[in-house]
Amino acid sequence: MGVRNPVTWLGSPVFPKAAHEALADTQLRRNLRKATTTIRTKRAGVVAELDDWERLRQAGEAIKDDVLANLDTYLVRLEKAVTARGGVVHWARDAEEANRIVLDLVRAEGADEVVKVKSMATAEIGLNEALEAGGVRAVETDLAELIVQLGDDRPSHILVPAIHRNRAEIRDVFRRGMAEEPASDEPRDLAEAARRHLRRKFLSAKVAISGANFAVADTGSIVVVESEGNGRMCLTLPETLITVMGIEKLVPSWQDLEVFLQLLPRSSTAERMNPYTSVWSGVTPGDGPRRFHLVLLDNGRTATLADQVGRQALRCIRCSACLNVCPVYERTGGQAYGSVYPGPIGAILAPQLAGDMHDEQAASLPYASSLCGACYEVCPVRINIPEVLTHLRAEAVRAKGKRTPEAIAMAAAAWVFADPKRYEAAQKAGSLSRLLARDGRIKRLPGPGAKWTDSRDAPAVPKESFRAWWRKNHVQRS
Amino acid sequence: MSAPRVALFATCLTDTLYPETGKAVVRLLTRLGCDVDFPLAQTCCGQMHYNTGYHDHARPLARDYAATFEGYDHVVAPSGSCGAMVREIHPSLCGTSPAVERTYELSEFLVDVLGVTDVGAYFPHRVTYHPTCHSLRMLGVGDKPLSLLRAVKGLELVELPQAEQCCGFGGTFALKNAETSTAMLADKMRCVQDTGAQVLSAGDNSCLMHIGGGLSRLRTGVRTVHLAEILASTEEEPWASATR
Ligand code: SF4
Repeated sequence: MGVRNPVTWLGSPVFPKAAHEALADTQLRRNLRKATTTIRTKRAGVVAELDDWERLRQAGEAIKDDVLANLDTYLVRLEKAVTARGGVVHWARDAEEANRIVLDLVRAEGADEVVKVKSMATAEIGLNEALEAGGVRAVETDLAELIVQLGDDRPSHILVPAIHRNRAEIRDVFRRGMAEEPASDEPRDLAEAARRHLRRKFLSAKVAISGANFAVADTGSIVVVESEGNGRMCLTLPETLITVMGIEKLVPSWQDLEVFLQLLPRSSTAERMNPYTSVWSGVTPGDGPRRFHLVLLDNGRTATLADQVGRQALRCIRCSACLNVCPVYERTGGQAYGSVYPGPIGAILAPQLAGDMHDEQAASLPYASSLCGACYEVCPVRINIPEVLTHLRAEAVRAKGKRTPEAIAMAAAAWVFADPKRYEAAQKAGSLSRLLARDGRIKRLPGPGAKWTDSRDAPAVPKESFRAWWRKNHVQRS
Repeated sequence: MSAPRVALFATCLTDTLYPETGKAVVRLLTRLGCDVDFPLAQTCCGQMHYNTGYHDHARPLARDYAATFEGYDHVVAPSGSCGAMVREIHPSLCGTSPAVERTYELSEFLVDVLGVTDVGAYFPHRVTYHPTCHSLRMLGVGDKPLSLLRAVKGLELVELPQAEQCCGFGGTFALKNAETSTAMLADKMRCVQDTGAQVLSAGDNSCLMHIGGGLSRLRTGVRTVHLAEILASTEEEPWASATR
């Protein structure tokens, strides 16, 4: 194995442990409840406006499945188109390679500061840290990313990385991190402070770095959608633009793009249309950057593609609808997942990209779900997240082996269930738990059962099971 | 027309911990003219094993299920999650079978197969209903349980706020992520209490064991009753365990 994949953060505790801390953070709980409830309701409203939403979802799923099935063809087509239009394409096997390519490109431009468009791919590979180690400062220009960066914090949401922060906390962060502090914690004043802070950066930056929401293979066009317009500044002002893009972000044609430009804004920001959609194809003399580099990133994606069940995670368009409806995410927040990809999509994507189920933290992620299915219901590209979760749980079980207490208990239970006689004997033995009960309720169970009775009464096993009653009262026919 | 031969798939949880629910299904379906049988070879659908990642242990249980319930007109389970395990997951484990295709969750069977919503029940209490996740999102039972409850004489049905939010049970999730599960439970209990109902009903004893365990721990004065027990209860014969 090579270097560790930075998609999961080094030193993060397993999910239940991280959740323990997060659940006790009352400010976090309140911020998240408010934010997710609002966006959830809004999304449901704009989705209900379309009577062909289900067919749009099916189209999105079908297009992405075609892309994944023919990825090699489309990638080569994209490379040709980008090159023909004056761009340079680089291929990066993993985070380390991608970071090195970007750093070399920045150095070649003689820049020691770059402006950044919000991008999950660069967060996934830890690009900012890698640039910093190479003497280059990366300035995040997306408002929420800026809040995370100035606060020396970690992101907790795909779309709104600072969703765990409220206005008062943001003002504090800005006070400490900006030359001119915001006048108040009113959203207008906070935005104004960020605007002043960033304007100088936009005007002086020679190099911008972005991710990509989509890339059209036919024409080599890269698409970034955003709400603030700060991305647009980065994409047009600097002389050099470097885009880091996961290899799965392709769509074959402009016609396919139309489907996603309907699915994405409604799912992510609950808007009918996003305010800024930037599209560029290679370089255009006299218009925008003069040099364009496209870094195509694998970093665990081809390995994920090889998994018949797990590969559907690569359909993801990073809308974060699944986070916003997830009852677990709403309570623990995103940082508990220990990855730039939190929530339901994080629970299936991070462990697959990391590619090591022997890693305890990664192996704990597929269990961070009650399998309620709310994520699958809203996902615009119909990723069956519960299916992938149980599939990855099976991989985690395989990695742990047959000797764990859980594996032994599961094997014993399977042995009991395999034979109705053994099963009935176990029911009879279990009914002895009545001795622990008062009024049919057990307040404290021994062993692992204590995890149940810490917060819930448990029912006592009744003296007579249903089958015992049936046998007494009915003539058996089969 | 002769009475349909209906096999009750009690589920291991109800068979072992909630026998009254099983008895209620028998009484209800018999009252509605079904010929009910309980094949004793049944044990468990394998859901706990499957959902925890022990797919190899779940597979033989899925095979046993297909064999046990072969040859009935219908199989009825008083559980949305076990029904969903059978119908949605068993085919991926060992292929489909007549038993799998004829398996219904209780409210589906009543409304879709028997075509009844008024089952002649009587239950004079203020009740709220929690739509369990797997019945809602995997089986798509929609408002079938609610239409059944609305037809119950004497029953005052109150809407549960944020009804479609998961209660936090999630099988072994309740133990593996016990604290997150409890945080979800706390919100569900708050919503239940806000209704002023004295009874919380649902179509899954697993979720009811979790929510009910919390409600009783806190002495909330709300009890949990499986949908089948409410529907089994009549004016002449109130269902004992449901009317406590
Ligand atoms: S998994 Fe689906 S819902 Fe979640 S972020 Fe990706 S596209 Fe959006």
